[in-house]
Amino acid sequence: MSDNIKTVKNATCTFCGCVCDDMELTVDLDAKRITKAKNACVLGRAWFAEHTIQDGPAAMIDGKEVTLEEAIEEAAQVLTSAKFPITYGLSDTTCEAQRQAVAITDFIRGSIDTTTSVCHGPSGLAFQGVGESTMTLGEVKNRADFIMYWGGNPAESHPRHFTRYTVTPKGMFTPNGKKDRTVVLVDVRKTPSTPVADIFLQVKPGKDFELAWAMRALVKGHKVDSSIENETGVSLEVLEDLVQRMKNCNYGVLFMGMGLTMTRGRHFNSGAIMALAADLNEFTHFVAKPVRGHGNVTGADNVVSWQTGYPFGVNFSKGYPRFNPGEFTTVDTLSRCDADAALIIASDPAANFPQAAINHLGSIPVVSFDTKETATSKLAHVAFRTSTYGINTGGTVYRMDDVPITLRPAFESPFPSDEDILTPLRKRVQEIVIGKSKAKGAGAGVTRAASPVK
Amino acid sequence: MSTSTRILNGKVYDPINKVDGEIKDICIKDGKIVESVGDDATRIDAAGMVIMPGGVDIHCHIAGPKVNLARKLQPEDHRHDPHPGTPFTRSGSGGTVPSTFATGYRYATLGYTTAMEAAVTPIGARHTLEELHDTPVIDKGFYVLLGNNIFLQQLLKEGRKEEFKHAIAWWINSTKAFTTKLVNPGGDEPWKGKKNSNVSDIDEKPNSNDISPRQIIEAFIEAVNELGLPHPPHIHCNNLGHSGNYKTTLETMRTAGDRRAHLAHIQFHSYAGELGKNPTSAAREIADYINKHPNISCDVGQVMFGKSTIMTADAPLAYMLRGIAKGKWVNADTECESGCGIVPFSYQEHVYVHALQWAIGLELFLLSEDPWRIILSTDHPNGGSFMNYPKLIKLLMDSSFRKEELSRANQKAVNKTLLPDLEREYTLNEIAIITRAGPAKCLGLNNKGHLGPGADADITIYDDQADKEIMFNAPRYVFKSGTPIISNHEFCQDHDGRLLHVAPAYDETIVDTVRPFFEDYYSIEFDNYAVDDSYLHDHEIIPVRN
Repeated sequence: MSDNIKTVKNATCTFCGCVCDDMELTVDLDAKRITKAKNACVLGRAWFAEHTIQDGPAAMIDGKEVTLEEAIEEAAQVLTSAKFPITYGLSDTTCEAQRQAVAITDFIRGSIDTTTSVCHGPSGLAFQGVGESTMTLGEVKNRADFIMYWGGNPAESHPRHFTRYTVTPKGMFTPNGKKDRTVVLVDVRKTPSTPVADIFLQVKPGKDFELAWAMRALVKGHKVDSSIENETGVSLEVLEDLVQRMKNCNYGVLFMGMGLTMTRGRHFNSGAIMALAADLNEFTHFVAKPVRGHGNVTGADNVVSWQTGYPFGVNFSKGYPRFNPGEFTTVDTLSRCDADAALIIASDPAANFPQAAINHLGSIPVVSFDTKETATSKLAHVAFRTSTYGINTGGTVYRMDDVPITLRPAFESPFPSDEDILTPLRKRVQEIVIGKSKAKGAGAGVTRAASPVK
Repeated sequence: MSTSTRILNGKVYDPINKVDGEIKDICIKDGKIVESVGDDATRIDAAGMVIMPGGVDIHCHIAGPKVNLARKLQPEDHRHDPHPGTPFTRSGSGGTVPSTFATGYRYATLGYTTAMEAAVTPIGARHTLEELHDTPVIDKGFYVLLGNNIFLQQLLKEGRKEEFKHAIAWWINSTKAFTTKLVNPGGDEPWKGKKNSNVSDIDEKPNSNDISPRQIIEAFIEAVNELGLPHPPHIHCNNLGHSGNYKTTLETMRTAGDRRAHLAHIQFHSYAGELGKNPTSAAREIADYINKHPNISCDVGQVMFGKSTIMTADAPLAYMLRGIAKGKWVNADTECESGCGIVPFSYQEHVYVHALQWAIGLELFLLSEDPWRIILSTDHPNGGSFMNYPKLIKLLMDSSFRKEELSRANQKAVNKTLLPDLEREYTLNEIAIITRAGPAKCLGLNNKGHLGPGADADITIYDDQADKEIMFNAPRYVFKSGTPIISNHEFCQDHDGRLLHVAPAYDETIVDTVRPFFEDYYSIEFDNYAVDDSYLHDHEIIPVRN
């Protein structure tokens, strides 16, 4: 270890959706690595320790090193000559980069989709169906006296969720922390999260919707048959007791995990939970929230929504955004062999998508952005090696509760940020698109003003 | 194109400079209005056209956390109303909550060049600034929600008025806001902490050691006045939407004494009648008070029939409306700062309450004697989309059209108002006041809302047409900071617009007062809270009054 050490206080860990912003990082500037991450959980410590600088070219075309300019030009040509280009990923980069990525996709009339479509996308659909009573995490810390996790294992997936935001912290109206709260866990099996719960409900696999719907019925005062136990694995007595506790609490919270969204029922499951929380507001204050995974997947949802009106699975081929998950989501556009070029940013679909999608991805020109060599970057036609957000580059990320936080980078990387490349790429793409439109002799932009009356 | 332009032969409406329909040249150089330009300037012949300053929207909801939730919530509202892009402008989707790009371009297509987002939580300021950066053409700013801020209320309870003032200034600087916003002051704590209850009276104290809404309102008016902010506290009164609430509204205005206050979407606060029963109109009472008190300004919050989206920091109100709309509902609590509710809604002519709300808004416009203090707004998208402004202008300018529309609305409701007997028609000059000059003055934007030398060259040129809805729906030219954005009804250039904010001075030791509370009760680190300058795109600090 060298003497060239600095510390960065209030740095943010972008590993998971908790986006804890109380890191104290010790940085060895000569070795270009973080040697200590105070306050980080086990996942965060690994995230900071493992993001070191590895030698390699910043830009490659077909595996051969090229200049950034050459790679940007080639990427722009590939994307603007495609008939059905797709953009995917975005959940592990900054909002600044995401904004450029949506702009590029708009100008090339492609599809934009994020990792939301393979995690909490169903919760996004459920949100469109029923709405959501929700909150920032500080409200849970200050007020919640009833907390229920459903279909998730935060002790392993979001290790500081319990301790920093929900179960143990002492807040304004919860001065005794955990003692002031009832904690309930619903899952298909016991997990390392189970010990934190005062009440554990083991639901039969694939029966989450039935269980949530029975609870809605009880909240509304309807009769539920005792056969519910046979159906869901949870007895009527337990459910009745639970519903009473929910109605009588002062501030109740339901957290949804991917055990709801990626199992039978999907958006019906999330919708049932959101509706349950909404219904309980007839009796007390009740909120719900999906526990989001990637560090800035919530930012991706927000950026794509404010730029297009829809959160993911958006297509611009008609010159304006259309939303159709199942049609414009990436697994589908690849598996059906629709896409003829792909811009993949901060994600590795070649490693974790269904085989049919991976096969097609391997057969089309791919432009990839990642901090390391990945299965996707290996098959990419143009591959950019970029710096890591939150470690080498600043910018904005959104916590799972939509709270935006500014990153404090720890040390400089020799590689550019995603935004550093996406911004000139967007400019070049737009130049090409304007050039093509002039060549076609198209006029200037026609406004709605040209046809004044509805 | 040269940077200077001369617009000739147009009929100019510039009320601040007392120009009422004169044929007059308007000259532009380097983004500003100037006395004259050289012969090499671009010339635009505006014969047969009406020239006004660019429109200024003093109260709308266009960016930030709650707006984005409302966008995400309603794919069905976007689907029927796409906004196509061009090679140099971005595409988007419309409906009552358009995407950011569609919002900016659509304001431009109405001739509006400035708009103020009216309710942003401090912790959501960063998000709002990002969205405003992606809202093209228009200049924009936002009002920061401080009326239910727990820490500020603690300072008031302890009588620490001086620190209260400095804390407000710190919060404004930390968020890059334009002024303070109060929404149902005192109502959040009962909502979040007392099983969804609310305050119902301006002098009510939920607990004996609490402070009343009136005390909060008074403290803000005093502090903002002392800080010299260009726009006074922007107040959404208690009891919005409830029968009999005009009394609360009058009391709120009385609380201001002779100090400045702006009352937001006052139509929603002008109801007589008994609580829990159908409302009647109290437009006369409210208009009389405003007519006699030049310290008060307001925007109307006109209801327009058709689709709207209720989005408000007044969470108990949205919950009440959820019971009426019976559809999807969003509630979003923000720690220590605010509540929020969203309900897709639709105002219908045949419904008594909706027709009454529509009529009360028009009554307020028509009974008000000073157009400088009654600003045109629909509280977009609460009363309806800003895209309704041209129709609203026609309702004000054309009494026969108004009567036609009136005949289609619920007769029981409209006959309980004065509207059937009001013959007044707004003039073009008055329209220029309530959509441009007035809001610019109320906001303290000295370079907006007029066409005198030194003003920002934000200019709209309409074809002079008999049908005012068609006329205001389709400007032939729109200039933003001297740049032609729309030319012959077509977009010809893109523009980023600027962020408008204020930066009042404060005692920096206030940070040490805020920090301990913050560290105990917020869920992010204090040092990560204030928004830094990297979130400002092109921006302008509007000076405080001395």
